[in-house]
Amino acid sequence: MTRYVLRRLVLLPALLFLFSVTVFAIVQAPPGDFLTTYVATLASSGSSISAEQVEALRREYGLDRPIWIQYLKWMENLAKGNLGLSLEYQRPNAELIGERLVLTMVLALLSFVFTWIVAIPAGIYSAMHPRSVVDYLLTVVNYVGVATPNFMLALILMWGAFAFFGMSVTGLFSPDFVDAPWSVARVLDLLEHVWLPAVVLGVAGTARLTRVMRANLLDELNKPYVTTARAKGLPEWRLVVRYPARLALNPLVSTIGWYLPALFSGSLIVATVMNLPNIGPLLLRALINQDMYLAGSILLIYCFLTIVGTLVSDILLAWLDPRIRLEER
Amino acid sequence: MSVLAPAVPVTAEDRVSVASNWQLVWWRFRKHRLALASALVLLLLYVVVLCPDFFSTQDPEATEARLAFIPIQRLHVFDGWRPAPWVPDVVGKRNPTTLRMEWRVDESRKIPVRFFVTGYSYRVLGVIPTRIHLVGAAPTDGRERLHLLGTDRLGRDQWTRLAHGTRTSMTIGLTAVTFSIVLGVLLGGISGYFGGPADAVIQRLIELLQSLPTIPIWLALTAALPRDWSPQQVFFAITVILSLVGWTTLGREVRGRFLALREEDFVLAAELAGASQGRIIVRHMVPTFLSHIIATSTLAIPAMIINETSLSFLGLGIRPPAISWGVLLQEAQNIQTVALAPWLLVPGAVVILSVLAFNLVGDGLRDAADPYSQ
Repeated sequence: MTRYVLRRLVLLPALLFLFSVTVFAIVQAPPGDFLTTYVATLASSGSSISAEQVEALRREYGLDRPIWIQYLKWMENLAKGNLGLSLEYQRPNAELIGERLVLTMVLALLSFVFTWIVAIPAGIYSAMHPRSVVDYLLTVVNYVGVATPNFMLALILMWGAFAFFGMSVTGLFSPDFVDAPWSVARVLDLLEHVWLPAVVLGVAGTARLTRVMRANLLDELNKPYVTTARAKGLPEWRLVVRYPARLALNPLVSTIGWYLPALFSGSLIVATVMNLPNIGPLLLRALINQDMYLAGSILLIYCFLTIVGTLVSDILLAWLDPRIRLEER
Repeated sequence: MSVLAPAVPVTAEDRVSVASNWQLVWWRFRKHRLALASALVLLLLYVVVLCPDFFSTQDPEATEARLAFIPIQRLHVFDGWRPAPWVPDVVGKRNPTTLRMEWRVDESRKIPVRFFVTGYSYRVLGVIPTRIHLVGAAPTDGRERLHLLGTDRLGRDQWTRLAHGTRTSMTIGLTAVTFSIVLGVLLGGISGYFGGPADAVIQRLIELLQSLPTIPIWLALTAALPRDWSPQQVFFAITVILSLVGWTTLGREVRGRFLALREEDFVLAAELAGASQGRIIVRHMVPTFLSHIIATSTLAIPAMIINETSLSFLGLGIRPPAISWGVLLQEAQNIQTVALAPWLLVPGAVVILSVLAFNLVGDGLRDAADPYSQ
C-alpha cells in the first residue's frame, strides 16, 4: 500500500510537467503574442505605451527568445510563486485568482455535500421500495436531471425567479457586500446566495449518484446475509443502513476524488451564466482576450486539482478494495 | 433441409434458438417500450437533420427588426370539430413610450395552416431543387404571419432556426462519437490484441487524457481556433476536440474485450485454420462485442450534445451565422430578455428531449446488447 502511494506520488511531478507543456502549447496557440494584443488594446482605448516599455516587457517574458525558453521562463516564475501580470486587469494574477479560487472551492464543496445528502437517502429508499410510485418518480427526475445541461437549469431557475418573484438570483453577494472585506456578515450573505448555484451544479451528479446507489444496493439486498439478518428479526431500516448500505457505498466513496474536480470544472459554465465571481468567468474572459498567462495559470490550477483528485480517488479505491491492491503488486 | 424438417409447429423456443444475434437484440430491445418510443423521437429528429429546409417556414437568416419578439402562435389542429389546422393571428402595436413594436396574439382572427405549401426555394440534400415546405400559412391577403415558435430579437423565425440548429447539433453528436469509435476501436484494439509496449504507451496516453480537466481544456482549445475559419472548419474542429477525450472510455472497453477474447477457443481455432490476423479481428472478434460498442456509443452521444451546446452557449463553440442549439440559446443569455420572451428557452427543451431520448435508447440497447444473458 505505502509503495503504491509512493509510486503515484513520484509520478505526480511528471504528470504536472506534461500538463504544463500542454497548457502552454494551448494558450500559446492563437496567432500573435500577447504583447501585440496588449498594445492593440491600449491603442484602441486611447492610451499608448512607449517602445522601451514594450521592449522591457518582451525581455521579461522572453518573448524575443525561442518558444521553449518562454516556457522555461514561465515555469521559473511559477516556481517562485509569480503567476505573472494580467494585462486586462493590470493586477498580479495571483491576487486575481486567490479569492475567486476560494469561492470556487466553497461552491464545489457545498454542491458536493448537497449531492450526497440528497442522493444517498433517495437511492436507499428507491432500492428498498423498487417499482413503487416514489421509485418511478425518482427515476423520472433522475433521467431528466441527467439530461438537463447545467446552464439550462440555471437559466430556467433564473427566469422563474425573475418572472414570478421579481428576484434576481445572480451573483454570490448582495450589492452591499460585493466589494466589502471579509466579515461574519459577508460570510452569512454568501451562504444566503450560494445555495442556489450549488444545487444547480449538483443536480446532474445527484441524479447519477442516486441511480448508482440504487443499483448497488439492489445487488446487495438479494444476498443471503440480508435474509439472515431479516430472519433474526432486525428492523428493516436498521438492517439496510447497517450492512448492505455500507457495502453499496464502497464504490461510490472511491469516486469522491474524481467528482470534486469535475465540480470545479463544471462550475465554470454555471458561474458564467449566473454571473458568479469565481474562477470560471475569469478564465473565460482571459481566453477570449488572449490574456495568456492568466489563462495558463488558471488552466494549470484546474489540472493540478484534477490530478490530486484522481490520485485521492485511486488511493481510496485501493484502500477500500483489497482486490485492486493485489493486482497492483 | 425443408424435406427433413419435422412437421411440428415452430415454438417460440425454436425461433429463439435459430435466430441470429441481431434478431435477438431486436426482440429484446422491442420489449423496452420507453426505449422504442425514444428511438422514434430520434428518428424524427434525424429526418429533420436530413432536410431542415423542408420543415422551415421561412429563410432562417431573414431578419426584420419590426418583427422582433413575436410570441408563439399555438397550432390548433381542429377548427371546432373539423380537422382544419389554424393559428391565431398576431397584431403589433408600437409602444408610445419605448417606441418598440409589441406583438400579442389575437385569438379572434384565425390564419389557416396548410401542408405542403410553396415557399422559398432550396435544395433537398443539396441536390434536388424544390419550393415545397411541410407547413405554411394559407395565402389569403399576403399579410399573414406564421411563427410557430415565435421570433427572436432580430425577428428571425425560431421554428425555422430550430430545424436548422437541429441539423448542426445532432450531426455534431453523431460525428464526434463516430470519431471516438474509430479512435477507440483502433487504439483499444491495438492495445488489447498486441499487448506489450504498444499497450503500455496507449494505456498511459488514455490515463493522461482522462486526468485532464475536460471543460477548461475544451474552452481553451476552442478559444484558440482562428477567428477567420469558415463554419465548416469550426464544425470539424469542434468535432475533433470533443472526441479527443471521448474515445478513451471506449478504448478502455475495447481493450478489455480483446484481452478476454484473445484467450478464447474460437480465436485459437481461427488461427489454426490459417486465418490472417486482420480476418480474426474483423470477422471473429469484433462481432462478438459490436452490440456493446453500439450501446456505449449511444450513451456517449448525449454528453457530446450537451458539451457542444454549452460551448456554443458560451460563445466558444459553433459561431453565428452557423446555427446550433447552443447558438440559439445564446439569445436567452440575458434574463430580462427571457422574461420578455420566454419562448427563447424552447431550444433548451429540445436539447433535454434529445438527450433524454438518447439516454433511454442507450439504456435499452445496453440491456438488449447481450441477448443470451438474463
